[in-house]
Formats: sequence, structure tokens, C-alpha cells
Amino acid sequence: MNVMFEGIGASMRRKEDLRFINGHGHYTDDINRPGQLYAIIRRSDRPHAKLLGIDTKAAKAAPGVIAVYTHADMAPDNLGGIPCGWQIHSKDGSPMAEPAHPILATGKVRHVGDPVAVVIAETRAQAKTAAELLEIDYEDLPAIAAVTDAIAPGAPVVHDEIGSNTCFDWHIGDKDMVDAAFARAAQTVKLDLTNNRLVPNAMETRCAIGEYDAMSGDYTLYTTSQNPHVIRLLMGAFVLHLPEHRLRVVAPDVGGGFGSKIYHYAEEALVTWCAGKLKRPVKWTADRSEAFMSDAHGRDHVSTAEMALDADGTFLALRVATIANMGAYLSTFAPAVPTYLYATLLAGVYKTPAVYAEVHAVFTNTVPVDAYRGAGRPEATFLLERLMDVIAHDTGHDRVELRRRNFIPADAFPYQTPVALQYDSGDYQTTLNKALANIAWDDFPARRAEAAGRGKLRGIGISTYVEACGIAPSKLVGQLGARAGLYEVANIRVHPTGSVTVFTGTHSHGQGHETTFAQLVADQLGIPFANVDVVHGDTNKIPFGMGTYGSRSLAVGGSAMVKAMDKIIAKGKKIAAHLMEASVEDIEFANGEFSVAGTDKKKTIGEIALTAYVPHNYPIDEIEPGLDETAFYDPKNFTFPGGCHICEVEIDPETGVTSVVNFVAVDDVGRVINPMIVEGQVQGGVAQGIGQALLEAAIYDDQAQLVSGSFMDYTMPRADDLPNILVGTETTLCTHNPLGVKGCGEVGAIGSPPAVINAVVDALRDYGVRHIDMPASPQKIWAIINAGAQKMAAE
Amino acid sequence: MYDFTYEKPTEIASATAILGKDDEAKALAGGQTFIPVLKQRLNKPTVVVDLAKLGLSGITVTPTTVTIGAMTTHAAVADSAEVAHAIPGLAHLASMIGDWQVRHRGTIGGSLANNDPSACYPAAVLALGATITTDRRSISADDYFQGMFTTALEQGELITSVTFPVPVASSYLKFKNPASRYAMVGVFIAKFDTGVRVAVTGASQSGVFRHTAFEAALSTNFTADAIAKIATPADGLNSDIHASADYRAHLIGVMARRAVAAAK
Ligand SMILES: Cc1cc2nc3c(=O)[nH]c(=O)nc-3n(C[C@H](O)[C@H](O)[C@H](O)COP(=O)(O)OP(=O)(O)OC[C@H]3O[C@@H](n4cnc5c(N)ncnc54)[C@H](O)[C@@H]3O)c2cc1C
Repeated sequence: MNVMFEGIGASMRRKEDLRFINGHGHYTDDINRPGQLYAIIRRSDRPHAKLLGIDTKAAKAAPGVIAVYTHADMAPDNLGGIPCGWQIHSKDGSPMAEPAHPILATGKVRHVGDPVAVVIAETRAQAKTAAELLEIDYEDLPAIAAVTDAIAPGAPVVHDEIGSNTCFDWHIGDKDMVDAAFARAAQTVKLDLTNNRLVPNAMETRCAIGEYDAMSGDYTLYTTSQNPHVIRLLMGAFVLHLPEHRLRVVAPDVGGGFGSKIYHYAEEALVTWCAGKLKRPVKWTADRSEAFMSDAHGRDHVSTAEMALDADGTFLALRVATIANMGAYLSTFAPAVPTYLYATLLAGVYKTPAVYAEVHAVFTNTVPVDAYRGAGRPEATFLLERLMDVIAHDTGHDRVELRRRNFIPADAFPYQTPVALQYDSGDYQTTLNKALANIAWDDFPARRAEAAGRGKLRGIGISTYVEACGIAPSKLVGQLGARAGLYEVANIRVHPTGSVTVFTGTHSHGQGHETTFAQLVADQLGIPFANVDVVHGDTNKIPFGMGTYGSRSLAVGGSAMVKAMDKIIAKGKKIAAHLMEASVEDIEFANGEFSVAGTDKKKTIGEIALTAYVPHNYPIDEIEPGLDETAFYDPKNFTFPGGCHICEVEIDPETGVTSVVNFVAVDDVGRVINPMIVEGQVQGGVAQGIGQALLEAAIYDDQAQLVSGSFMDYTMPRADDLPNILVGTETTLCTHNPLGVKGCGEVGAIGSPPAVINAVVDALRDYGVRHIDMPASPQKIWAIINAGAQKMAAE
Repeated sequence: MYDFTYEKPTEIASATAILGKDDEAKALAGGQTFIPVLKQRLNKPTVVVDLAKLGLSGITVTPTTVTIGAMTTHAAVADSAEVAHAIPGLAHLASMIGDWQVRHRGTIGGSLANNDPSACYPAAVLALGATITTDRRSISADDYFQGMFTTALEQGELITSVTFPVPVASSYLKFKNPASRYAMVGVFIAKFDTGVRVAVTGASQSGVFRHTAFEAALSTNFTADAIAKIATPADGLNSDIHASADYRAHLIGVMARRAVAAAK
């Protein structure tokens, strides 16, 4: 028999791709329930206005219309607003401002896209037509989109009851120590930079179907979510006041999330509530234009970073001040992103002894901002890694040597940073060395000269990063303001003849969990890969779970599986001991077999399972029948993937167009279960990072209208914008979870943007460029070249 | 999309009859512009007249002309060896429009009737001095384009074909809008024995235009150097999030020089 290796470390083809590639994925919008109605949401086209009145008469009379609801119609039910899952306290100890976030707007609209009314009709077209007939009486108010405008004196106030646009004014680190270090530093380097606002744009737009069973009183919500249990918790407990046993949330196949499908959105509560009112299923599907103005956006920081150094380039202290855009309302994780997912990463891979960061979070008349692939860590990495190159530029240090000199050495782990985190493992010199070798760093001058011969400006840029994922230890995040635990749950069901179903509280929306988890469980239980199936995405099937984000599914969800398998094996040993008349202590488990130590007696896990379910010869007085175990796993720490990304670009100086010609990533993601999937995850993340660095920008004009509100203006990266991305891994194991895994979902988007910009700045070094904000569009680069050329001509 | 009546006539006369008597009736060609407009409910036609069965597609090449039926797709023009031989710039232009799906549905007639200021075909038609044939007359390119989304077509008038004179050399260079990939600046150069014509699309607030300064210089000296020192004024050029008027003015020069160098 030819046995193919299919355990941990094998690049197994993705099980789920059979249905995806054949067009048999089953997404929320593919679901149609009997008697289903369609909801169309009329959204504000005003960035900021008083809502004086809504005339629904004509809409209600339109053909096919079943109902029209506004906030006033929902008010008698005393529904909660959309809750925020995290509370931050300001420097002075006061809790963040947490303005009401109603399902449908009342009193004011606060951003273009704010939902004002919902029309329910027999068909989607009828609902659309009726929605146009709603007459909404607005009184326009001055609006703000940029964080710098939000904090200007006399700025329009988004939430009147707060009195200013400040959500919180938070800090971390030792200010006195940092100030003292700056006072005695041989040199200091300062950089102002922004992190551009992005629109996630998952391929599948959001969709939600609410359903109510009048006989049982049960509600079901089908939704495009990364975490159905979290939605059940937030929507049931805080918004609709439904107990868990009356509410089922199903997130079937989901076509990409990137963070934007973590949050509990108003539309989910809306369709569920409408279904209860109307006793018929109600479906809402966003079109792309609606997605642009209602999916949580990402990033949007304005920062100043300052480093104090001694004469030989050793870092003494880092000082950072950031203004973060929250948008018009607080989305589920929003306050955590620019604080505990950002400022805690500002030590980076460096042994900077003192770090102090202030973060001022503000409301604006824009779509809410929340976690987007990387969430806070890309912002931290961009700031630090741009600062590294600016330090090298200003002080004359070599950019590689500067990094090496300040790296946390491989023998310093566990390493306590000055900003709360304790890194468990890493080896930054090794990932750097491998990346330098993979891109042939030393030969770059020859490539630059060759490109110059073709009239092109070639540049190379480096980024060395660490991130914190595998979120998160519940006790720690509780202290930091999280309002929920962040453990994960696995149920492993060994069936009577030895095949296995894994029920996981994580959710796969492109990551390939059905493959990775099957590989993990098959490997550990010593059974064929084909005999393991993974079930996710349904609160009625899975005991509980916190979902997928923050690269947590394997580190936390996979660890829960290991714990559940430990229980299976422990029980199996008792059954095996009984069957083979040995003592439990003498039973060993390996390769799917229970054996009696020192004998040739053994039983397969299939035989043990059958015995457990057909317990004729069974220690029935000691243990229960069945082989089905559940485990909750709470991680002991975050995990800390890190690595090095190097990018090479060529710029056409006549047009300002940048081409990425070479990209190398060497990441330490801990133990790798499926190398092919890791490679794909890193490449996808890098694609998004290149998108952020060169192409993407959600642009609001000074009236807070979203100018880049469609793909005609918002530049999504396309295949031909991207180079071949060479992915390598170097492994140090995570020390605190049973698999030694760290997480690979976000590293690509975290490490890559500064590598790209550093390469662009390097390409333009003869033009006196010190920094370029993202995206480095052709127009921006041409303006720099043009100004430089004019200056050179004048000299 | 609002409800409308759908007609698919087989005679040009019946198509123009429906379109002529109803101001709210609209022709449908490849639908690559019109259907998105309908989906966004930006247009509410009473009748949609599908031109697919009117026999308006096909390419005829003579030693001096290339005639393309209004319903000929971009893909058909791009893939035509005869067009590539006679007017290489035209075949290349068609091959650069949109993506596969768009090129296999979108038509030359639809593109010209629409006259999007960022569309590619208007540059070729104007630079080559083509003639637009309709159900009732012939219109010269210089008379046809009347500003963005505006043409000489009357209500209900249908383009049936476009005839291009075969130049000595031609080329089209397009600087794509990074997001939409329409022309942010597109320059078509056509060299005839009688002189050179240069048309610029994507750049101007009033749609496609002829670059007379480039034409004069290139007509005496058909080299990139001949226009290297001619600055294009930024007045009247578009300015948006992707390109300021100054940047567009600069790109017109770059694209034109590259187009001259690439002309064949
Ligand atoms: C994703 C995408 C990318 C694109 N990229 C580009 C690009 O890079 N460059 C470019 O030039 N274009 C681009 N286009 C537009 C494309 O070329 C369209 O095909 C073209 O603009 C319209 O042609 P159509 O046949 O689809 O016309 P339709 O959309 O069917 O019609 C357009 C208009 O013309 C009218 N019409 C159609 N045919 C006739 C006729 N024979 N006589 C009179 N009126 C008529 C219709 O009534 C309608 O008002 C793109 C489109 C899409 C969707």
C-alpha cells in the first residue's frame, strides 16, 4: 500500500475547494426561506444632519410593500443599541465616551450610509422602489471626516451629548522614563505619518436573513459572520433581549471577512426583529455600493513618532502620539484596535528600553472604523519600520545594521517589553538573514544599475516585524477592557466506527480550516485525513465559540482540539485497559493504536470507539459509554509571529508608476500544519499590504462625502499589480500552547506595507525624499519627482 | 432596475421607429455601460431596444479603409488579424479595453454613442478622422464628438458602422486610471501621407480632443523629440483623486512621445 504522508507538515489540498471551485459553495445569499420577504435599507446620503421627519406614506402604499419601519416603530420594543465589546479608560481614569448606536438613526444621521428606515416587500425590486418614495426631512449640519478636523477648536460635534469628538485619550508606557531618555540622548529623530483608511471589500458582500418560528418562538439568523456565537451573544443579550436557546445563528460559507465580518451590525438585528414582527423570513443583501458605506473600514491613524538614540545608534526611548479615527459610532472591537492591538506592539522587534504612547480616539462623520486584517499591528509596524529607515536616513546608519544592533536577541526570550506584552519566542536575526539571502540583498546595487540603464529607478526596502495574535488570555484582556472571554471551544466526536467529526467555535471564511483542522486531528488520533470532517458556523451544532479573527483559530481553536483529544485518549486508555486486561498506566497511545506497554497487544481507536458505543464488554461502572469530548481552551498568552519582508520596486520616473518586481517574506509562524495553506495566507496578506501601500485609499472630501465609494475610484489590487511573492518560514515554537503554533493569517498584511514604502523611498533617494505616506500613487510619486527635478534644474 | 418593455427587432427601420417615437426608449448594445446604469436605477427607460438582431456586426477591410459594424465587440476588433495589419493602433486599443468579459460584450457603437470622456475608442475615431455612419447619414469624427457624454446623434438615431481610413502608421498609448482602468490619459497618433492627427481621451473636461500643437510638430518631424518641448496646458483638464490637471497635462506628453515611438 502506498501511504501518502498527510499529517502535520503535509501540504494537503484544501478539502473545501472542491465545492468552492465547482461553484457549490453555499453562502448566506444562496439561502432562501419559504415565504421570504426582502428588506431594503434607506441610508443617509448626508454626512451629518438633523433628522426632522420621515414620511412613509407613499412607500407604504407602493406595490408589494409589507412594512416600513423607522426608529419610532422600533422604540416601543425597548431594544438595545449596537453594543461595543471593549471599554477603554482615558489617562484620567474616566471611561471612554460610548454614545448610543441605534439600529435605525434617531435625532441625527452621522455618516453617509447611516441606516434611516427599512422597507420590507415581497420582492427586492419592490422594496427598492418603495424605499425611493420615503421622504426624509433633513437639516444639514457641518461635518468632519479627518481626525485633525475632529479635534480642531470649534469643530462640529458628532455626538452632542459628549460635547466634543473625543472618545478617549489613552496612554501606555512610562512617560517620565521616556522624557528622561530624550533629555540625555545624543540624537533624536522624528517622523509624522498617516496610516491610510481602507475599505475591506470582502468578495462576498454582507447578507442577513432573519426567521421566526411562531410555534416554538425560535429565531434564526443566517448571516455572513466570522463568529456566529458572538453575534448570538451580542444581539440576543444586548439588542433584542432574546435568550440563547431561542436564537440560532448560522454563518454558512462566508466569502472573505478580513475582520469586516466580526462585528455585530445593525442589519442583523434589523432583519431578525422584522421577522418576528412579520412572522415571515426577511432577507437583506448589501450591494457593493452599500458595502462601501456600511462595512466597518480599517486603519485611519495620524501619528508622530520620535526615537531617542545614543551616538552609536542604540535606541534609548520611543515616543508616539496617535490620533485614531473611530468613525461615527463604536463598532464592536473599535476601541481595542488603536490601543491594545497597536500601542502594545510599539517595542516591535527592538529592545528599546522605554516606550510611551498616547492615543487620542475621535469620532467623525465617517463609517465606523474597526479591525481589518492585522488590526493595529500593521499601523504599529508601519510606524516603526518607516521610522527605522528615517533614522538610517537622518543619522547615516546602515538600515540593516541599525535593526540588527537593536534586535531583541534570540536568547532573551521570554522578553518583557516596556509596553505590557511578554514575547515568548522569536529569532529575528535568523528571519532577517534568510530574507536577505532569498532576495540576494548584496547584489542589489547591480540590479539598480541595470534598471537605471532601462530608465527605471529601482529601490529595495526592508521591514522586520513582530505581531501579537492568537487572541487572547481572557483574564488579561478582561483587565484591558474586553467585555468577553477570548477562549475557544472544540468538540471532538469519535463515531462508532472510528471516523471523527470536529465541531469548532472558530469559523472558516477562506482560511482552509476544514483542511488544517482535519489534518491536525487525523495526525494526533492516527487516523486517515479523509476520516475527519470539520463543522463550524452554527450555534445549534457547536457548543460555543468566539470565532475567527486575530489569527487565533489554530493557536486557540486548535489547542482546544488538542485538549479535547487528550480527553478522548485518556478515556480510550481506560477502555483499552479493560479490553486487554491491563492496568491503565500500562496503556500507550500512538499512531491510532492503544497498546499494552512491553507486549504486542493492541487495539485500534476504531475498535475502542465501537466498544464505547456498543458497551457489551465495558467498564460501565467506571465510565460512561460514548467517545465524545468537549474542551474549552483559554490561552496563557498571545502568540508572537515575526519575521522579515523585503520588497523591490521599479519606478518609471516619467509617469510615477511603481511596479513591485520582487517580494520576499520570511515569517516565523510557529509550527506549520499545512505549508501550502500558510504560503497562501501569507501571499494573500502581502497582496493586501501592497494594496494598502500603493493603491488603496478610502477618501472622504472635506464635506465628509465618501469620494472613493465604488471600484471606479477605490483601487483594489488586481493580480497584475502583484509580483510573485516568495514565502519562506523559519520556526521558533510558541512556548505556551500545546502545538507550538503562532498564527499566519495576518503577518502578510502586517509586515509588508513598510517594506513597500521603504523600497519606494529608496528608489527615490536621489530626489531627497525622506518619507511618503500611503498609498504611494503614481500622482504622488510624479509630484515628488517633478519637484525634485525642478529643484535640481534650479541648482 | 426599473421595469421596462424589451424589444428585439430584426429590422433597423423597426428599431428606429420605436426609438424615434418615444423619448424614453433606449437602445441596448453590449450593455456594459447601460446595464450598470439600469441596475443603479440612474435611468428609467420605457422600452429597451436590443440591437443584437439587426445584423450590425462585422469587419470589412479594403486597401484604404476599415469598416466596423456598430455591434462588433471589442474582442472581435482586437482579435482581427486584418485590423491589426491595417491599423495596428486600433486593434491594440480594443485589446486594452476593460477585461475579457467587457471586451466580449461591449461594442464599438455603444462606446461611441456613449462618448464617455474616459473611453478609448473616441481617441481612435478622432485621430484617424473616421466617419460614423448612422441609419440616416454620415458624420465626420470632427463633427461627431460634442463634449463629454454628448454627440451629434439625434434622439433615436442609430450608429450602424464606423469607417476608418487606413493610415501610414498608428498607435494608442493608454495610462490607465488605477481603479477603473479606463483611460486617465489616452493618446492616439495617426500618421497619414497628408499629415499627422493626434487625439487625447480621458484628460479633458470636454471629452476627447485633438492636440493641434503636437499635430503640427509631428507633421513636419514624426519623432518623439519633435514634441518633447511642447508643454500641454493644464487649463480645462480634469482633476480628480487619481490625477490633478497638471499631472494629466504631463502624462499627455509622455503618452504621446511613447505613442510616436511605438507607431507602426
Ligand atoms: C468593467 C468595465 C471596464 C471598462 N473599461 C473600459 C475601458 O478601459 N475603455 C473603454 O473605452 N471602455 C471601457 N468600458 C466600457 C465598454 O467599452 C462599453 O462596452 C462601452 O462603453 C459601451 O458599449 P456597449 O456595447 O456595452 O453599449 P451599451 O452599454 O449597451 O450602451 C451604451 C449607450 O450607447 C447607446 N447605444 C448603444 N449602441 C448604439 C448604437 N449602435 N447607436 C446609438 N446608440 C447606441 C445605448 O443606448 C446606451 O445609451 C468598460 C466597461 C466596464 C463594465
